[in-house]
Parts: sequence; structure tokens; C-alpha cells
Amino acid sequence: MQSNTITRLGDTGLYVLTDLGKMTLFLLMSLRGVFRRPFRFIELVRQIQFIGVGSLAVIFFTAASTGAVLGLQGYYSLNKFGAEGMLGSAVSLTLIMELGPVLTALMVAGRAGSAMCAEIGIMRISDQIDALDCMAIDPFRYLITPKFLATIISVPLLTAVFDVVGIAGGYLAGVGLMDVNPGSFIQGMQTSVTNHDIRLGVIKSFVFGLLVVWICSGRGYFVQEIRGAGFGAESVSRVTTQAVVLSSISVLVFDYLLTAVLL
Amino acid sequence: MTSAIEFKNVVKTFAKANGSVQAVLDRVSFSIPAGKTTVVAGGSGQGKSVTLKIILGLMQPDSGQVFVHGREVTRASGKELEALRTQFGVLFQGAALFDSLTVFENIALPLRERTRKSEQEIRRQVEKTLAQFELTGHEDKYPAQLSGGMKKRVGLSRAMQLSPSIMLFDEPTTGLDPVMTQDIYHLFAKTQAEFGFTSVIVSHDIPKIFNLADQVIILNSGKMDVFDSPEQIQWSEKPHIQEFVQTTMGTIYQSHLVEK
Repeated sequence: MQSNTITRLGDTGLYVLTDLGKMTLFLLMSLRGVFRRPFRFIELVRQIQFIGVGSLAVIFFTAASTGAVLGLQGYYSLNKFGAEGMLGSAVSLTLIMELGPVLTALMVAGRAGSAMCAEIGIMRISDQIDALDCMAIDPFRYLITPKFLATIISVPLLTAVFDVVGIAGGYLAGVGLMDVNPGSFIQGMQTSVTNHDIRLGVIKSFVFGLLVVWICSGRGYFVQEIRGAGFGAESVSRVTTQAVVLSSISVLVFDYLLTAVLL
Repeated sequence: MTSAIEFKNVVKTFAKANGSVQAVLDRVSFSIPAGKTTVVAGGSGQGKSVTLKIILGLMQPDSGQVFVHGREVTRASGKELEALRTQFGVLFQGAALFDSLTVFENIALPLRERTRKSEQEIRRQVEKTLAQFELTGHEDKYPAQLSGGMKKRVGLSRAMQLSPSIMLFDEPTTGLDPVMTQDIYHLFAKTQAEFGFTSVIVSHDIPKIFNLADQVIILNSGKMDVFDSPEQIQWSEKPHIQEFVQTTMGTIYQSHLVEK
């Protein structure tokens, strides 16, 4: 009984280590694809269109409602101390440093990450990736690298859109509905947001974008090697769910780590 | 006779769900002659597809050596493997066409990615191939809009684009009706006569494929038997071969279309 438990533990430990090793190699091969020729520029643009432009609507609505809620909640809290003039500063700092990068990454993981994982997973189970290998076409350069680059480019830009729309939502809720002085809202924002805060937000959005595309495309690529995933269409659906959950958790964990290190 | 592919004492094992180890290939040695057709046959799970993957370097054997035109695949670096693979054309079981690309784009893919040909030259070559494989008029369709037989023809024409010296066919007629199966075999015979490539056909479709084969390799429980003719298989006194003959052989395929 005890030896069975130890065997299972050892087996799981080995599986996790092997999986981490494979995912690390996957990341390196995907980044190496940037330097391999011919570079697929049109595919990169197509992916930016799908991941970036395609996510604009969901980012817009999430940002507007998050900003508006922040405006109302912020006003409610600050009003207790007679500090509602600080609303602009509170809304903008929260959005730029935390909510903008995190929520954008979560939205991209749910919308584009899941699609990426399912597409690559289906290509894997229907031998399309093996077919690329057999034609001596590097599947990383051809398939994965454009998705990596597109996500790393799109997520920071989407985050910037999120921040702007979110702050506008906060302004409308605070100034429009709660009668906060517009001058003090803008003034608070201008004086409290520094380059360091913006840099932190940008670094976070790069890292989160990389995490989302790495985990989602990597899970799809190794769909047949994931323990307990099953076979065929079922394996793709399970692994897609797993990829979105895993990338979302990673974003939240790395958010804490980056804040702790860089703040 | 020079050999295109050579297996020397190749061992490949897989762990089963209950923790035991199954040898799919157990010290297997054989050679596939250049310019000829070799059929690799055997029941499900007997290592046919594993053999193909090892030849292509998509899977590594546990031990043993595999040579393609005298170069060892089992020790090849990433770059060497890439160079070796340019000599192969592969027709996958499900054709493995790219779902998001049209028939034209699928066939043009290896030319666009692996050659420096202009778009005009590529268009000319693909149009010629479409006519050759009776696919003209279907170039703008997506794989999901094609029948099983058409998918195989597109897969075959894509695999032929870079003029490979070795063609590998993985269960080429699975899921096709008898008429379509005959058409596909006819196409194999015709293209091989035209291009002279070495052909390796992995199939459980034994009776129908015999008249295409110069050599038949039967895989069973990790071991293999090599035969030079269908008759040799029928005369074999080995019990597992006799059982295989009884379960798979009906009338041997005699179509004048593929007869050699």
C-alpha cells in the first residue's frame, strides 16, 4: 500500500518534470522560429487581426464596465474620508498597474487562447503537424511562432486600450453620475501616475501575453501526451479547458510575483 | 539491389496501462529495395505506423539503427533530419490536409515553403498536377468539401510536389469503397511507373494490395516475416502467417488496371 503510494508519487513527479521540460523546449523552439526564414509576415498580420482586433469588442465592454464600477466603488469608499478628489488617481492607478493587464490577459486567454489550443490540438490529432514535419516545414516557424508574436504584440496594445476605456468609464461614473469635480479627477490622475507605474503595466502585459500563448498553444501541441486527456475530439476539448484554466491561474500568480518584485 | 531503407535490430517498446512493457518491434531487421514497392502488413497495434514514424524520424527506436539511402536516421541531427525528409513524400491515413487551406493551397504549400519558385511557376505546376490527378475544378474547395477518395488524391498530389525518392503510404485505402480503392491503387501504379520512386505501403488491406507489391513484410507480435510474392505467404507453414492468410485473404486482387 505504502510502496504503491510512493510509486504513484514518483510517477507523477516524473510526469510533471517531463511535461515542464517539454514545455520549456516548446517555448525555446517557438522563440527560435522568429529567426528562421521565410518569415510568415502575412500570417502574423492575420493572427494580430484575430487575437488583437478580434478581441477589441470584448476588451472595450469589460474595460468600460470595470472602470465604471471602479468609479462608483472608489467614490463610495473615498467619500467616507472626504477624499473623493482622489478618485482619478485611484481609478487610473488600479487600472494601469493591475486590472488592465490582468483582465486583458484573462479575456485573451478565454477568447483567443482557447481557439489557439483547439486549432493546434485538432491539427495534431489529424496528423497535420506530422505532415508539416514530413514536408520538412518547421511547424514552429510555420504555425506556432506567428501566434506567439501576434499575442505578445496584441496583449500590451489591448491593455493600453483597456486602460484608456476603463479610465473613461471611471470618469463617466465618477464625474457624470457622482458629481466629482472633473478638474480634480484629471489632476489626480496626472500627478499620481508615473512612468514607473506605466512601465510595470507594460511589463506585466508582455509577460501575461507570453504566458497565455505559451500555455494555450503548448497544451494543444502536446494534446496526445497529456495524461488523462483521453483521445480524439474529447482530448482536444478537455485540454482546451485545461489550457484556459492553467493560463488564467498562471496570469494571477505571476501578477502577484511581478508586483512583489517590481513595485 | 541497393536498399532505400534499412532496419538493423530495431527495438521499440511501449508501456501498457497496467505497467508492463510491450515490444512493438523486437530486434527487427529488413531492407526495402530502391525503386520497388514494399507492403508492410499486419493487424492493428502490430507496429505498422510505428515503423513509418521511425523511418521518418518522428519517433526514435529504443535501440537499433535505421538507414535511409545509407544515412542513419536514428542519429541524425535536426538539420540532417530536415534534409532527409525532403526525400520523402507521405500520404497519411486521413490524408492530413490542412483544413483551413483550399485544395490549391494545400498542393502549393510544399512549393511555397520549400522552394524559391515564383508564384507563377507554382501556379503552373499545381495546375498541371490538378489535371494529372483529375482534380481540375476542385482547386478552390476546402478539404471538408471533398470525398474520401478526393482527399487521398489531393494528399498524394501534395506529397508528390517535391519529387520524393521514397513515398510512404499509411493505410491509403482505409474508409474507401471498393471502386475508390481500385482507383487509388491504379493511381499508385501509374505514378510509380511515371516517377520511379521507392514505395512503402502500410496496409491491412492485404489481398487487394498484393499485385502492387514486390515485397511483403508481415509484422506480428514484434517480429516480422519477409516474402517476395503472395504465393510465398500462402505456402508459409508458420502458424501465425497461416492464421493471417485465413483471416485476411479472399480472392487475390486481379484487376488488369494494377496488374504488373
